[in-house]
Amino acid sequence: MKAAVLVFPGSNCDRDLAEGFRSIGADVSMVWHKDTVLPEGTDIVGVPGGFSFGDYLRCGAIAAQSPITRALVAHAKRGGFVLGICNGFQVLTETGLLPGALMRNAGLKFVCRTVDLRVETDDSAFTHGYGKGAEIRLPVAHHDGNYVADPDALSRLTGEDRIALRYTEAVNGSVDNIAGVLSENRRVLGLMPHPERAIDAAQGNTDGKAMFTSLTGAMALA
Amino acid sequence: MQEPEITDDLIAAHGLKSDEFAEILKLLDREPTFTELGIFSAMWNEHCSYKSSKKWLRTLPTEGPQVICGPGENAGVVDIGDGQAVVFKMESHNHPSYIEPYQGAATGVGGILRDVFTMGARPIAAMNSLSFGRPEHPKTRSLVAGVVEGVGGYGNAFGVPTVGGEVRFDASYDGNCLVNAFAAGLADTDSIFYSAASGVGRPVVYLGAKTGRDGVGGATMASAEFDDTIEEKRPTVQVGDPFTEKRLLEACLELMQTGAVVSIQDMGAAGLTCSAVEMGDKGGLGVRLNLDAVPVREENMTAYEMMLSESQERMLMVLDPDKEDVARAVFDKWDLDFAVVGETIAEDRFLILHGNEVKADLPLKALSGTAPEYDRKWVPTPAPAALADVPAIDAMDALRSLIGSPNYAAKQWVWEQYDSQVMADTLRTPGQGAGIIRVHGTGKALAFTSDVTPRYVVADPETGGAQAVAEAYRNLSAVGAKPLSSTDNLNFGNPEKPAIMGQLVGAIKGIGAACLALDMPIVSGNVSLYNETDGAGILPTPTIGAVGLIAAGEAPIGGTAQPGQVALLVGETHGHIGCSALLAEAWGRRDGAPPPVDLEAERRNGTFIRENRTLIGGATDLSDGGLALAAFEMAEASGTGVSLDAADIPTLFGEDQARYLLACNFDAAEALMPAAAQAGVTIAYVGKFGGDTVNFGGDSASLADLASLYRTAFAAAVG
Repeated sequence: MKAAVLVFPGSNCDRDLAEGFRSIGADVSMVWHKDTVLPEGTDIVGVPGGFSFGDYLRCGAIAAQSPITRALVAHAKRGGFVLGICNGFQVLTETGLLPGALMRNAGLKFVCRTVDLRVETDDSAFTHGYGKGAEIRLPVAHHDGNYVADPDALSRLTGEDRIALRYTEAVNGSVDNIAGVLSENRRVLGLMPHPERAIDAAQGNTDGKAMFTSLTGAMALA
Repeated sequence: MQEPEITDDLIAAHGLKSDEFAEILKLLDREPTFTELGIFSAMWNEHCSYKSSKKWLRTLPTEGPQVICGPGENAGVVDIGDGQAVVFKMESHNHPSYIEPYQGAATGVGGILRDVFTMGARPIAAMNSLSFGRPEHPKTRSLVAGVVEGVGGYGNAFGVPTVGGEVRFDASYDGNCLVNAFAAGLADTDSIFYSAASGVGRPVVYLGAKTGRDGVGGATMASAEFDDTIEEKRPTVQVGDPFTEKRLLEACLELMQTGAVVSIQDMGAAGLTCSAVEMGDKGGLGVRLNLDAVPVREENMTAYEMMLSESQERMLMVLDPDKEDVARAVFDKWDLDFAVVGETIAEDRFLILHGNEVKADLPLKALSGTAPEYDRKWVPTPAPAALADVPAIDAMDALRSLIGSPNYAAKQWVWEQYDSQVMADTLRTPGQGAGIIRVHGTGKALAFTSDVTPRYVVADPETGGAQAVAEAYRNLSAVGAKPLSSTDNLNFGNPEKPAIMGQLVGAIKGIGAACLALDMPIVSGNVSLYNETDGAGILPTPTIGAVGLIAAGEAPIGGTAQPGQVALLVGETHGHIGCSALLAEAWGRRDGAPPPVDLEAERRNGTFIRENRTLIGGATDLSDGGLALAAFEMAEASGTGVSLDAADIPTLFGEDQARYLLACNFDAAEALMPAAAQAGVTIAYVGKFGGDTVNFGGDSASLADLASLYRTAFAAAVG
């Protein structure tokens, strides 16, 4: 399995995400934002957490205009897999690969803690290893994780079973407690929680591991 | 531009005393130019010159087999084996944070991170020790909100996990909050970078953000007391940009790998002046700067402004001339400014050119070498008043008085605004004693703590100074980390007052003795004086930041208990209630002497904890609030009740030192007993964990009710 992790100048979870992919034996390339092509044969692109361009205006807005982002969009349109975590989720909504937007947290403060979540669908390469309805805990760390989408988009997301994760506690004011959503072809996942921070027993939580191990099986089939 | 005339008022406005100005006249044999006056004021202020504290700082232990580089560089460097080193320092940003809390705190974090990566280390952990005024003081809420958001705003975006720190409240900080920022980084021992320039005729290169007028005169401001003109000082506060700092970090580390860097120094206090002088002074060289080449973001900047600007996210570097193209390419990649602004020269000269004019021409060595040094008058702090009678109090009410105070309530309101897990190596997050970060890709881990008990220091500076080090030693030992070394951030009032100077001298003596006895040499530090408003000083607050190592193959000791485990108390209990947290919180009193510090007992008991790590289920050190608060905190963190046999207030709330509370399975506890006897360590069963109440000798309350108070009191008071 070949994974590419995009690196914007303000990415700061790029190494963490690369380690997540490596934990399932993936061959990982770090791809600079000024590059225009992804490495040949890339199966999955990771868009990491961080503050891609400082995010002083709208999170992810400038990253969505980076040269590499055109290659990312093309990869997704070809049916390639994409995993966007935290700032990566913000970038994916800015590119239009995922619906909705991430606004400032309802409490207006940055929030870093481990939160309770429910896996809402197991029909995706990212979540099938959890089982539908699985209750898990993952760390979050964001200032802008308040998911919003217009009513039509929301009813499509719900109707098409594309809500991947919901918070089961109040975290950031997200509509319907949405923590992660899938694209129409179910191959692009954006989520605010950080599975890559919970893959190792030493971190005190391994609930993120199944997201990566799920991918191994899916890639074998893809 | 016509430069202003040098008048007595102008000299005074630069914080230079008349005898200091006389010294300048003698040195130059002429009157200084305006730019030169600015340079002297920047180099000779307390913040940069340590002129009041130097004599005493020299007495601190700074050496040991683990120390690779002690004080004097941007940060201290300590060996952690396998060719790796931890690089760390703590520094204050008190005055700017009081004037503009968000930017003051943010740039404090930015400054300390730069100190660390200037030496070639990637920052892996941050902490901050914050002291605010009374919760009910009209400024406190906005200061807390702004400082915490600023610390988080910078560190989170930069991408360093914040894993610990302290937050305290006391009326003495009403007009002068303290923001002490700590950062630690990881480097290879064979690629540490220093500031000493070498080689004549080598390019001096400016890197990073552009220079603006922000922070002009900041270091001088930081060395003055506050009065009611404080609002006028707002323009001297710098503005931070963590995105540029993150790029500067990556660009610097990338550049260092190319072998192009001869020496490097970040531009912190007094910006271009301080960094250029330091590189020249340490390398025994002169420096010529051409200010026309300095990247600026404002028009018509004068030489004076450029030399004193404290714009953030900037570095100065001496480059290998053969590798200039390589270096430029790295900075182009990260879209950062890169400009050759001068060169090293053989003469002892600091020559500043701007618009074809010589703006300053000074003997470089003299700027730092002959900076004034004072042997300030000091008087020893008188022995504290004897402890008056302590009124009777119900044990549960006593506990509630602590956990309902923002000083001892849970601080998740603060910690949750900091990203504590970025880099995915965090093994222990803030709020549970020392923070722990895994050394990426190895089996090792590092533990970090910051400690001081200002109540103790004001009552007895020497004991208080020693206690701060001892508590840091205990916090590291409680998680199973071997204490390696420490950094000190000494926050005091006006050193020109002999009583304040006496506090500084006493605290340094105590710190020195403890660092020596506990083998935790001071490798870096910072002194912040003149922390006074309208003549009233803060509680003396010598913050100790310390780092410990957990070796590969060793697991950290946890901080929680399982229901059914026994509670063991390590160390001797005498019920010392003088200067205690209970006195302060229940009755607003601070009388009596602080608990004595027995450094031999600290060492013995800490070693015992670390050596018996596999028998210990959970451990915590005892400090403020004694056994009672430690037992409650451990129970609350574990979601299980606790029952202690003791009922009397001194046993429960006394703050005798060198003690730990352990949670152990019965069999392990039985095995610990003979081990303790053999090590000469006092250990005793004091209760057990389990149930859903907190019970002190029969007086009990529901854990859920107490937890609710503990979890909400901070936000209720200042949130």
